[in-house]
Amino acid sequence: MAGQEHQQPQSRDSQVDEDIPEAPPAPPEAQASAATEGVDDLLDEIDGVLESNAEEFVRAFVQKGGQ
Amino acid sequence: MTAAPEPVAGGALPAGGAMRVMGAETEYGIHAPSAPTANATMMSARVVQAYAQVTRQRAAGGAETRWDYTDEEPLHDARGWTVDRGAAHPSQLTDQPPVLDAEAVALAYGREELELDGQDESGTLLMNMVLGNGARLYVDHAHPEYSSPEVTNPRDAVIWDAAGDLVGLAAVRRLSADPDLPPVNLYKNNTDNKSVSYGSHENYLMPRSVPFGDIVRGLTPFFVSRQVVCGAGRLGLGQDSSTAGYQISQRADFFEAEVGLETTIRRPIINTRDEPHATADKYRRLHVIIGDANLSEVSNYLKFGTTAMVLSLIEAGLAPKVEVFEPVKALQDISHDTSLKATVRLLDGRRVTALDLQWMYHEAAAKLAQDTGVGDAVDGDGHTHDVLERWAEVLTQLDSDRAAAKSSVEWLAKLSLLEGYRQRDGLGWDDARLGLVDLQWADIRPEKGLYYRLLARNRMRRVVDDRTIAAAVGEPPADTRAYFRGKCISSFGKDVVGASWDSVIFDVPGYGRLQRVPTREPLRGTKALTGGLFERYREAGQFLGELLGHNTAPPAA
Repeated sequence: MAGQEHQQPQSRDSQVDEDIPEAPPAPPEAQASAATEGVDDLLDEIDGVLESNAEEFVRAFVQKGGQ
Repeated sequence: MTAAPEPVAGGALPAGGAMRVMGAETEYGIHAPSAPTANATMMSARVVQAYAQVTRQRAAGGAETRWDYTDEEPLHDARGWTVDRGAAHPSQLTDQPPVLDAEAVALAYGREELELDGQDESGTLLMNMVLGNGARLYVDHAHPEYSSPEVTNPRDAVIWDAAGDLVGLAAVRRLSADPDLPPVNLYKNNTDNKSVSYGSHENYLMPRSVPFGDIVRGLTPFFVSRQVVCGAGRLGLGQDSSTAGYQISQRADFFEAEVGLETTIRRPIINTRDEPHATADKYRRLHVIIGDANLSEVSNYLKFGTTAMVLSLIEAGLAPKVEVFEPVKALQDISHDTSLKATVRLLDGRRVTALDLQWMYHEAAAKLAQDTGVGDAVDGDGHTHDVLERWAEVLTQLDSDRAAAKSSVEWLAKLSLLEGYRQRDGLGWDDARLGLVDLQWADIRPEKGLYYRLLARNRMRRVVDDRTIAAAVGEPPADTRAYFRGKCISSFGKDVVGASWDSVIFDVPGYGRLQRVPTREPLRGTKALTGGLFERYREAGQFLGELLGHNTAPPAA
């Protein structure tokens, strides 16, 4: 979808030291106006909930064996 | 056993349907993002410790208590309720729960870290607790584990399993409020997607008289296929996720054998561990290790409900006569095909889908439920009818209306979210953000867990409500021995020095010796049988006095 590429980073959290450059989270009103339907609305909300720096976070989740 | 007939409670549950003594065990994934190299066992102990601090505040009787490791001791009890006056010596407690010894911690992590850890008075980190709801919270290897109290039906299994998520949440909150410790996240999932898996097990009580071969034959095709209903979904194929993609089950790729004793290596579809935690000549505890941990209430409900019904079929000799060729491969083939079109070969040459197999079991279970009467909507056992209805509904939806199924079936709900990201942002299956969605799906914090975000938007169907789950954090089920265990903890916690599935041990001034109360009959120790006793006494000594005085079953309320 056109425009998504530059929209989605704005709605995620930001920290220093990240692989993916990100802007601060958009205010809720901006997210709401960007939503066109239920799914997009849901994804926008989840963008704001996801841990920042996905790659680093997922890589660091290392478990020891269990049953 | 010479137990007298017990018509009200302590007798048998209605046979032929979804009622059965059962319980859940959940090992949580554990991660401290700000301290990624922190020792997992240590962090898990902090979770248990944190919950002990929470309950110390709540329960006037003191912290909830330690686990008793002596339950394999063949202490005789004639009726499940006899108090064994002299059988338990203090020396038995030298079989202590494993504790992180203060010196060992200091050696491994340095004094400074030790001092931050808030040990209890004995200088050790608590590794085991018995909770007021009858559950056990402990450190299993490198994970915190919550083992639910015994319940009698799938709805209660969902309630007390979900209560465990709230127990974990309370510990997470407590740790995050401690400025001296790194916050800890808990994930209700089964793999780190880097080759390690950890379990969520189910336990079902069965008569020992059922031949184990019948269990293996009857359950294997069911276990191979039930993931389409109760799989939690997983990003990546292969134990190490080396192939990009999405599959139905968290656990399928970690199974390598058809039958066996192991739970951590060469995991078998049918596990043969046989600790009945009950009267061993009567019961077998079927230990099921193949399931995914579920957040979806419908998936969790059907996981317990349909499995309980299949065990009823096996007990009645009425399981569908199907045998799957190479079941381990079939399990994985089904897990890897989200279209649900994949077929597996039966020994008789037919090829069937997972849904076909599930329908065979549904048909047989519905017939047995009808013949025994337990499946009647009005006069049945109150559970079987609902399980059959929901089971059929989900199978129908999976076949013809997946958009409807995604509000019930966990793997489909997660897949729908992942597909949303793929479409919106053009992400490949190997994109790290999809990995994060998969992981964070299972974060037990409602503000971070993606399952809970969907739940908040009414996108996931409920089986129970939040109030019921919250009440189950502190209250045991009323209709199993977990009631007695939990009430002993919440009423006389300071006098209980240990407990296990089949015993509660008191140390009461004036008694000299420890008093071990065996609870080897899972359907005794109910509220109906012991509720009055807990109402009559505020002191453990008097409470035990009545038990001892009668020297048989405690009087019914």
